[in-house]
Amino acid sequence: MTAERLFSFRNPWFTTSVGIAASVAVVSALMGFVVLPILQPGAGLTGIWNVICSAAGSIRTAPAEPVAPATFLASDVVVTGQMLSALDAAAVGRGATLAMQCTLCHGSRGLSEAESPNLAGQHAAVVYKQLKDYQSGARVNAIMTPRVANLDDSDFRDLAAYYAYLPRLAGDHPDRPPQIVESGAPMRNIAPCASCHGEREHKAGSAWLEGESPIYLKAQLMAFASGARHNDISQQMRNIAREMTSTEIDAAAEYYGKQP
Amino acid sequence: MLHNKRLILSHFWLAFAGFGVALVLGAWQMFVRSPLSAWIGQPELYYRSVTAHGTTMAYVFPTLVAMGFGYAVTEAALERPMIGRRWAWAGFALVALGTITAIVPVSLGFASVLYTFYPPMVGNPFYYIGIVLVVVGSWIWVALMSANLYAWKRANPGAAVPLVMFATVAGSYLWAWTAVGAAIELLFQIIPAALGLTTTIDAGLARVFFSWTLHAIVYFWLMPAYIAYYTIIPRAIGGRLYSDPMARISFALFLVVAMPIGVHHLFADPQVGAGFKFLHSAFTALVALPTLLTVFTICASVEIAGRLRGGRGVLGWLTVLPWRNPMMLAVTFSFVMLGFGGAGGLINMTYQLDASIHNTQWVTGHFHLIFGGAIVIMYFAIAYDLWPHLTGRALTCFRLMRIQLWTWFVGMIVLTFPWHYVGILGMPRRMAFYDYSNPAIEPEALSVIASVLGGFILVVSGACFLAVLIRGHREPRADPGAYRFSVAAHQPRTMPAALNGLGLWVSLMLALTVINYGYPIMHLLATPNTAVPVVRIGSPT
Repeated sequence: MTAERLFSFRNPWFTTSVGIAASVAVVSALMGFVVLPILQPGAGLTGIWNVICSAAGSIRTAPAEPVAPATFLASDVVVTGQMLSALDAAAVGRGATLAMQCTLCHGSRGLSEAESPNLAGQHAAVVYKQLKDYQSGARVNAIMTPRVANLDDSDFRDLAAYYAYLPRLAGDHPDRPPQIVESGAPMRNIAPCASCHGEREHKAGSAWLEGESPIYLKAQLMAFASGARHNDISQQMRNIAREMTSTEIDAAAEYYGKQP
Repeated sequence: MLHNKRLILSHFWLAFAGFGVALVLGAWQMFVRSPLSAWIGQPELYYRSVTAHGTTMAYVFPTLVAMGFGYAVTEAALERPMIGRRWAWAGFALVALGTITAIVPVSLGFASVLYTFYPPMVGNPFYYIGIVLVVVGSWIWVALMSANLYAWKRANPGAAVPLVMFATVAGSYLWAWTAVGAAIELLFQIIPAALGLTTTIDAGLARVFFSWTLHAIVYFWLMPAYIAYYTIIPRAIGGRLYSDPMARISFALFLVVAMPIGVHHLFADPQVGAGFKFLHSAFTALVALPTLLTVFTICASVEIAGRLRGGRGVLGWLTVLPWRNPMMLAVTFSFVMLGFGGAGGLINMTYQLDASIHNTQWVTGHFHLIFGGAIVIMYFAIAYDLWPHLTGRALTCFRLMRIQLWTWFVGMIVLTFPWHYVGILGMPRRMAFYDYSNPAIEPEALSVIASVLGGFILVVSGACFLAVLIRGHREPRADPGAYRFSVAAHQPRTMPAALNGLGLWVSLMLALTVINYGYPIMHLLATPNTAVPVVRIGSPT
């Protein structure tokens, strides 16, 4: 080993390298945190400390400007991949009893003959979220809103478990799916329907659409597009539906509605 | 004298086998999303392939090349059997096991999340666990490089550490530290989510941790190429290394400034402050320094070779260079690609210019040109140079080697130049499907077709490369002699302590990491409500 002491201010290698590194860091920091933010027009920051904090990315409380009140309620349900994923036989039993009052529209086995959505085999988190949204007012429907008024959270879980338990309809697709379903429209930021709504892939919170009534699907896409329905988290479906052409809406609805 | 030939060959063969498979996948991806192919209608298959391609090319292939080359360097440069042979095999076993563990779920479509993970997407836990195993296996290599260097220094007090060993250990330390970012992201954020222990993830924080790894990992890939520039090329073309201390300064600078710059990958991310983006941008600019030093030193070394061969005048030395020598071709092609790639990189690291190419195909073109081009062509050179010493048989198919290097160079240019161009036109990256009948995309169709041709040329070149190596195992036995490294024009006997060890440079690397990453990470950790629900990929419907 060499006797030369490296970590010493008498060692020119040490002083030079540390000096250069520190100078670059200090000068860059001064530029990035002080000079450039001050030169930035219209940032509206007063005081050097505010300027530095802003450049460091610390969170400021928004300036007290009047905020336009929302004209509708947004969904407050947080859906995760694990939500209601475990099968609970007791919940299914209770849900079956509760579901007696739903049969007129949604069918005795969750299959509708009235262009209401089929619920058989629907992901439990989906049914649960919609019921919660009807109750909170985030989704509004003349029939559903009064129906859920007297139910509570455990009723929602039981209903969700029951409908998830029922055998679902499978799709019938001898032909290749329409482009909007299998590939979306990347240039318009539309993800493929199939990448969230099954059978290819399922993402948490997305509904199972196979066998769903085309009339219902079309109505929902139109409602998302117009903003009449607005309980999708972060506008995921509204952003998609707004960009879809009427031909694409028809194609997607017909595809999912097709039955053997 | 290489003692552990089987160990080194095992690393290289696993690396090159993975490379061969991933190369074909890459060409297939280029083809299916081009106008030449009807759309396969399965985005998931495409992303599955991209994940396998990226995971193999980014984690498995370069890591194994660096490990195998490192073991060869240790034995050849220190001129003594390597310490820790069994540990080295254990490291190799871990990398091999990790590769299989990761690739199986990817092949089954359970983890099509791309090799950069992109939380909140979360795939099958075995994918991430496999990558952790690969990293842990490579950390054994880091420890062995360090242990061997210090054992040699104890046995040779005061002597100058061989340049090649200095550089190899610098590369290993860089990898050890840069891998920590992704390791934290995997162990504390993604794997708990993949195992179902957590249902939300702070995607912004995860991206900051990944950026810690993402940029310096490129310099880890680059290290074997740079080591070959300095310690193989001058010897192989009959020249001298222009300056040994200059080489050490370049490697030391890489160690210091490759780390605290990753946030330039997050220019469009809102969770990092603009000041830190500037800071990282400034340090990124500094990386040009060791690269320019290297370009100067290697060009000077090549000029020495030209003059030793009788070259005269300002440019006369260029004409007498051994242009039919594969090593000469490799370093030339590598420098050309490094030049174009580096120039493109200056655009990526500039906040305002980046905005016009961010998330476009430009970026994909850029890193293929730098890594697939400038770096990988030097991996080929390393393999060609080492092969006779590993097999004990001469490598005689020089014509095939030249064809291979030419096709790789031409293929990479044809692949990446149009790729950059469509990026400028605004073609987004990471997309499985492009509707070329759309008027907004139609002008890109011809360039994409050109890229596909480049991809196919690369597959041919890759096949030639494997053919050269396989033929190398079948040649008659011949004694290649001792494996030597370049000699400097003024070969140093002693070195200042700063250039004979890495303590100073590692300390600076750690200090700058703390300065440039400390606050953004602590701030995100302390900010409430930053986690979002996990999006599971490949889960049953």
